[in-house]
Amino acid sequence: MKNSVSQSLSISRLSVLLCLSLIGNDVFADNNSLSVDNNWWVWPLALFVVSFLIGVVGVLGGVGGGVLFVPIVSGFFPFHLDFVRGAGLLIALAGALAASPKLLKTSLADLRLVMPMAFIASISSIFGALIGLAMPANIVQICLGIAILLIVYLMYKSKESEFPRVPASDSLSNSLRIYGIYHDPAINRDVSWRVHRTIPALFLFIGIGFLAGLFGLGAGWANVPVLNLVLGAPLKLSVASSKFLLSIVDTSAVWVYINQGAVLAIIAVPSVIGVMLGSLIGVKLLAIIQSKYIRIIIIVLLFFAGLRALLKGLEI
Amino acid sequence: MRVGFVLLIFSFTNYIFGFTSEPHIQLEHFAKYWSLSAEEFNKVTGSPTGWDWLMHASKSDYMNFLGITTLSLITVLCYLRIIPILAKNSDYLYLGIAILEVVILVLAASGILNSGH
Repeated sequence: MKNSVSQSLSISRLSVLLCLSLIGNDVFADNNSLSVDNNWWVWPLALFVVSFLIGVVGVLGGVGGGVLFVPIVSGFFPFHLDFVRGAGLLIALAGALAASPKLLKTSLADLRLVMPMAFIASISSIFGALIGLAMPANIVQICLGIAILLIVYLMYKSKESEFPRVPASDSLSNSLRIYGIYHDPAINRDVSWRVHRTIPALFLFIGIGFLAGLFGLGAGWANVPVLNLVLGAPLKLSVASSKFLLSIVDTSAVWVYINQGAVLAIIAVPSVIGVMLGSLIGVKLLAIIQSKYIRIIIIVLLFFAGLRALLKGLEI
Repeated sequence: MRVGFVLLIFSFTNYIFGFTSEPHIQLEHFAKYWSLSAEEFNKVTGSPTGWDWLMHASKSDYMNFLGITTLSLITVLCYLRIIPILAKNSDYLYLGIAILEVVILVLAASGILNSGH
């Protein structure tokens, strides 16, 4: 009885703390009140619940879990940014691995489109992870806040194109044979595609990989615009190929985090399980909820999470 | 993928409820450490880095790394699976890219690459 009362109090206290943090008070600067031994489970449980919600919202809004997870958890939970980034990469990796086999089987993801880009991005993601773990946490937090606010701007402004116009493919994409045909079941026809601007895209993937490793964000938020708007790949092919690309880029970065002891089971596992279960529910809700509104909610959520990360980094 | 996910669920359940063995760090003490940087955390708690966790794999917290590393090795296994197919099709350009990618991923997984705060 006494235990259950104490557990109820812990939950109430956590709810109050979460509410306070959402309105901007830095209540987690002193989390000693929660370091009382018997309450250790409150934060992992809260992490599981938040990860579950991120999984649901992420699927509905068409963004990976990592980009929501890192700014939200690093801003509102007492865990060090190193462990949050490690968990963020694992979440993004698990989501991509779950989707990739099916996407490759249906030919919606294309190996020739993915492999050269992934090779470049996986090298830069290792450098991003190494540099991120060597930098002071508050500097990474400030950069994370700025990056998230830029992602919000990018998400708000970018207009995806179902079938971008590619007048002629460039010589590099011809040499790499990055072209093909896939069957689109929605319109029930085969779609022929090719790409252009391969060199600028390769340079952009150097930056994407670096940011993915540095912030543990995954890279879906940037992969799709570059594949679709810069290279000119059809949207469905871009979305599917992005998942496969993400699994390669995040694998290289996550190993750096694992090897440097920046992955804690108590943080990473509830997050991965929460996001995966949330994604399953999200897929079911996809048919009945207007994803347009969810995207707006995600943009607002990311804006506040980015702002919070920036202010936390600046110790305001 | 499924194997990794199932391993994660079982090992984490075991970790939380302490069915088989004791963890390296008692769960009740974690709140004191999780706000430290990875480098400080490892120093203060004497936690292993790199593949040294294998020496502690019998402890319930490090059992979780069986699932975590399984998930993280899947991409390498996928590349190893397509390398013979690319070789059979004489697709030497992509065979080269695939081999180089495996080298990069193995290098990342090896723990040779290091940085410090």
